[in-house]
Amino acid sequence: MQEDVVLVKDFRKAYGETVAVDGISFQVQQGEIFGLLGPNGAGKTTTMESLEGLRQPSSGSLGILGVDPTRQPQRLHSMIGVQLQSSGLPGSMTPHEAMEFFCAYHQVAPRHDLLERLGLGDKKLAQFSTLSTGLQRRLALALAIAHDPPVVLLDEPTAGLDVGSRVELHEVMSELRAKGTTIILATHDMAEAEKMADRVAILLKGKIAATGSPTQLTATGSGLVKISVSSEAGSLLQNAGVFPAVSQQIIKDEYAIYYSREEGETVPAIFDFLKARDDHLVDLRVERPSLEDRFLEITQPDLSNGDKS
Amino acid sequence: MTAFFHHFMYDFRTGLRDKTLLLMNYLFPLGFYVLMGLLMTGLNPTFAPTMIPAMILVAMMACTLLGLPNPVVESREAGIFRSFKINGIPALSIITIPVLTSLVHIILVSIIITFTAGPFFKAGIPVNWGYFVLILLLTAFTMASLGMLIGVVSPNSRSIVLFSQAIFLPSMILGGLMIPSNMLPASLYRISLLLPTSYAMNAWRGLAFGLAPTFDPRWALLILLASGVIAFVLAIYLFNWDSKNQRSGHSPFLALLTLLPFVLGAILLGV
Repeated sequence: MQEDVVLVKDFRKAYGETVAVDGISFQVQQGEIFGLLGPNGAGKTTTMESLEGLRQPSSGSLGILGVDPTRQPQRLHSMIGVQLQSSGLPGSMTPHEAMEFFCAYHQVAPRHDLLERLGLGDKKLAQFSTLSTGLQRRLALALAIAHDPPVVLLDEPTAGLDVGSRVELHEVMSELRAKGTTIILATHDMAEAEKMADRVAILLKGKIAATGSPTQLTATGSGLVKISVSSEAGSLLQNAGVFPAVSQQIIKDEYAIYYSREEGETVPAIFDFLKARDDHLVDLRVERPSLEDRFLEITQPDLSNGDKS
Repeated sequence: MTAFFHHFMYDFRTGLRDKTLLLMNYLFPLGFYVLMGLLMTGLNPTFAPTMIPAMILVAMMACTLLGLPNPVVESREAGIFRSFKINGIPALSIITIPVLTSLVHIILVSIIITFTAGPFFKAGIPVNWGYFVLILLLTAFTMASLGMLIGVVSPNSRSIVLFSQAIFLPSMILGGLMIPSNMLPASLYRISLLLPTSYAMNAWRGLAFGLAPTFDPRWALLILLASGVIAFVLAIYLFNWDSKNQRSGHSPFLALLTLLPFVLGAILLGV
C-alpha cells in the first residue's frame, strides 16, 4: 500500500464572512500527480498556499509527510518545492544567481545542470526580468526541484507557454513522477490535467464537486458523444434536422455539433440527411467526452446545457 | 553562512546593477557632493569645515531613505518574499542584509568624499579618525534601519515617498548640513533635534572635527544608537511576508516609537 504523502482533512479557510474553502478532504499518495481544478475563486490557490505554509487554516488539518505546514515551517522547506504563479524572483537576479542563492538556503549543491536541462544554459547570466514568460516558468520549475523535494506544488506551470515548452515541462513532470516525487498541480488547462494527472479534484465554490482519475470522471458524466459535422453546402446549418439519440445540438462556425447517446444511430442518419439534400461531407469528428466537457458540466451546468438547443 | 554570503553578495551587486539604486547609492550623492563643493565652499565659509560629514549624510540619506525602502515594498508586492518564505529564507536575513549592504555602499562613497574633499574643496579633515569612523558606522546603521522600517511599514511606493521625504527634506534644511544648528532660531533648533542628521552632525563636530558642539556629543551617540536599535527591532517585528496574507498583525503606527529618542532629545537638549 502506498503512503499518503499529502493529507488534507476537513480543511476550511474563511476571510471574514467569505468562505474560500469549505471543509475539503483529500489525500495524495507518493509518486502521484494530483490535479486541482476549478474556475477562478474556487479555492485552488487558497488550498495550494495553505499547503505551502503561506496561509493558516481556519479549521481542519493539512499535512505533508506528517508535517503541519503552518506549525512546522522550518521542516516543511526541505520537503516541498513550489513553482508559484507569480514570478517570485527579483527582476535583477540571473538564473545562475538564483540557483546559487536558493540552493545555498536549502544547503544543497547548486544544480546548474537543471538550467541546461530546461533550456536556460544560454540565458543563465541574463536578468530575470529580461527572460520570456516561458523561460521564467522554466527557471521557477528548476528552482522548485533543485533541492530534490519529495513533494512539488505547481501553480499553473504551463500558463502562457508555447507548445514546445509545454511538452518539455510535461516530460520533466513525468520524470519526477517516475522517480517517486509527488506533484500537486493546480491548473486551468484541462488537457494538461487529463494528460498528466493520475487523479484530479474539481473544486467549486470552496468544495470538492468531483474527484477521481480523469477517466473515472469523464465516465461518470452524461456520457454523451460529441459529433461535429461540416458539409459543402452547409445544409445542416440551415436545417438542423432531428437525428436519433441526439439530446443536444449547437451550431458553431461552419460546424453542426450533436451530443449523442449512441453515435451508431446518429452518424448514419446524418449521412442520409446529407445525401437526401445532395450535400457532401467535408469533415466529421466523433469525440468521447473530455475532462474539459466534464469540468464544464460540473462547474457551469447552466452554460453547458443552456448553450445547446 | 554560505547562504548568508550568497544573499549578501547578490544584494550588494543589486545596489550597483539596478539603475535606481545606483543613482541613489552613488551617482546622486557624488554628483551633489561635487556641485556643493564647487558652489557652497565659495558662498558659505561655514560650510567647508563640516563639508565631509554633511556630504556623507546626504549620501546616507539618499542610499537609505530614498533607495532602500522601495525594493522592500516591490518585493512584497511581487510575491518575492512569499517565494523566500517557502524556500526557508528567514525574515532576519531579509531585514539584515540590505542594512549591511547599505553600510558598504555608504562606506565606499564616504571614502571617496573623505579623501577628495580636502584636496579639491579645502574641506575640514577629521582630527579624530576613530570617532569619525564610529559616528559614520553608527549613523549609517541608524539611517539604514530607519529606511528598512519605512519599507516594512509602507503599503506602497507613494507612502515611501511621503515617509522618506518627511525626514530627507527637513534634514537637508534644518539638519545642520548646510547651516550649523546653533545658527538656527530657537524654535527651529528644537525642531531640528527631531532629525537624526542633527545628532550626527553634532557628534562629528564635537568628537571628530574638533569644532564646538551645540550639546554634549555623547548624548548624540546615545540617541542615534537608541533610535537605530529601535528601528531595526521594529522592522523585524512589523515585517510582513505578503501584502495579502498573514499580516504581522501589529499596527504600523508602532514604527513611530523609533522617533521617541529624538523627541526626548528635543525636549531635554533643545533648551
